[in-house]
Amino acid sequence: MKKHISTPLTLDKVKDLHSGDEVLLSGVIYTSRDAGHKRLVEAHQKGEKLPVDLKDATIYFVGPTPAKPGQALGSCGPTTSYRMDAYSPYLIRNCGLTGMIGKGKRNEQVIDAMKECGAVYFGAIGGAGALLSQCVVKAEIVAYEDLGAEALHRLEVKDMPLTVVIDCYGENLYKTGVENYLKTKK
Amino acid sequence: MRVVNASEITKTVRQLCIDANVNLPEDVCRAIDMAIQREDYLPARNTLELLVENYSIAAKNQVAICQDTGLACVFVEIGQEVYVDGSIEDAINEGVRQGYRDGYLRKSCVADPLRRTNTGDNTPAMIYYEIVKGDGLKITVAPKGFGSENMSAIKMLVPADGVEGVKKFVLDTVANAGPNPCPPIVVGVGIGGTFDKAALLAKKALLRDVSRANEDPFYRRLEDELLEKINRLGIGPQGFGGKTTALGVNILAMPTHIAGMPCAVNINCHVTRHKSKEI
Repeated sequence: MKKHISTPLTLDKVKDLHSGDEVLLSGVIYTSRDAGHKRLVEAHQKGEKLPVDLKDATIYFVGPTPAKPGQALGSCGPTTSYRMDAYSPYLIRNCGLTGMIGKGKRNEQVIDAMKECGAVYFGAIGGAGALLSQCVVKAEIVAYEDLGAEALHRLEVKDMPLTVVIDCYGENLYKTGVENYLKTKK
Repeated sequence: MRVVNASEITKTVRQLCIDANVNLPEDVCRAIDMAIQREDYLPARNTLELLVENYSIAAKNQVAICQDTGLACVFVEIGQEVYVDGSIEDAINEGVRQGYRDGYLRKSCVADPLRRTNTGDNTPAMIYYEIVKGDGLKITVAPKGFGSENMSAIKMLVPADGVEGVKKFVLDTVANAGPNPCPPIVVGVGIGGTFDKAALLAKKALLRDVSRANEDPFYRRLEDELLEKINRLGIGPQGFGGKTTALGVNILAMPTHIAGMPCAVNINCHVTRHKSKEI
């Protein structure tokens, strides 16, 4: 059974999400990856106002392809998340970020911040860019346009298929999923 | 001497860039389809079915299968009796430029690894030339995404490590990569040569159809054994658990020094793209 959830991801919603849950996410999310994260953190550290309010917000780690005529956004599967590990704890602790969408492992510092403040890490299907593109209803660049594919986009998504990989309790599907599978083999 | 016009090369590269990024090669499609039949863990099967849906949408709508349309790796096999009328390198880069622009593909190339300004047109291509006999000219475009490239590794094994050393290094590399390179993966292994040649062999191994068995029975057995062991790790599609961690293991080997046994592992994701054309 897939859960329907919508942004903003307030703490009560975060607490209700558990590792392994399959969800369909709708609402506004923001895109950012390597260079964009660096700028967000540096801007905040300097006391500048961020281009978007990250309180209860969700960031999707993605650099889409350009939209073809008729598309809101091009192919847009997740990029590997560990490259954002250097920045995510800061955004969770200092800017109120509660949701992240990507693929692949996160480090202990990220998981600690998620547990401490209440945040969730979703996995989108890596490599399924064409499929995920169909969930994007509207897309606009709101900052860092000079970064090209890495620009900060505001996306409106509908029923984006995601899996809760790490929840705010620190449970991690990358560990339990493999363990569960291997148990079926015994 | 056969004369090939540079513009012909540009046209071919442009088309191959688009084709490779929107139409998943038949062998990879088939390998995913077959994996679904074999996969006995339901969540994993559901994930694999989404991958089929994804590559079908991409082909139908002629959009990129994956947003990481890669660095454009271009392999050129050029007969020594071919004369190219114009700059072959400029012609290839122009083809990449046009293909990535006209195909709505992502420009993922920065001009310098430390200063990191995007070149804006996905050039320069990563070009590998091989001069062969005759008057043929074959071009292969294999866009390489970096989620999987970043999980690749090389090790200067020594003769005493033997085949067990190779197996351990391949398995450790795949296990360490876990969910990061978008499994199910294709594993390219290069053994022998020098430090650099081993890495190139591993990359070239990824060009071989996953369905095609190694011509050398020794390496065919090694590939089969490694594939079985990788698929016993339990990583599964997307790392959520399951049988299907890899779709194939392709090995290329070559002569090496009496003191050495370089071993490179180049990992590719389930979007293992390669398209070729002879001019």
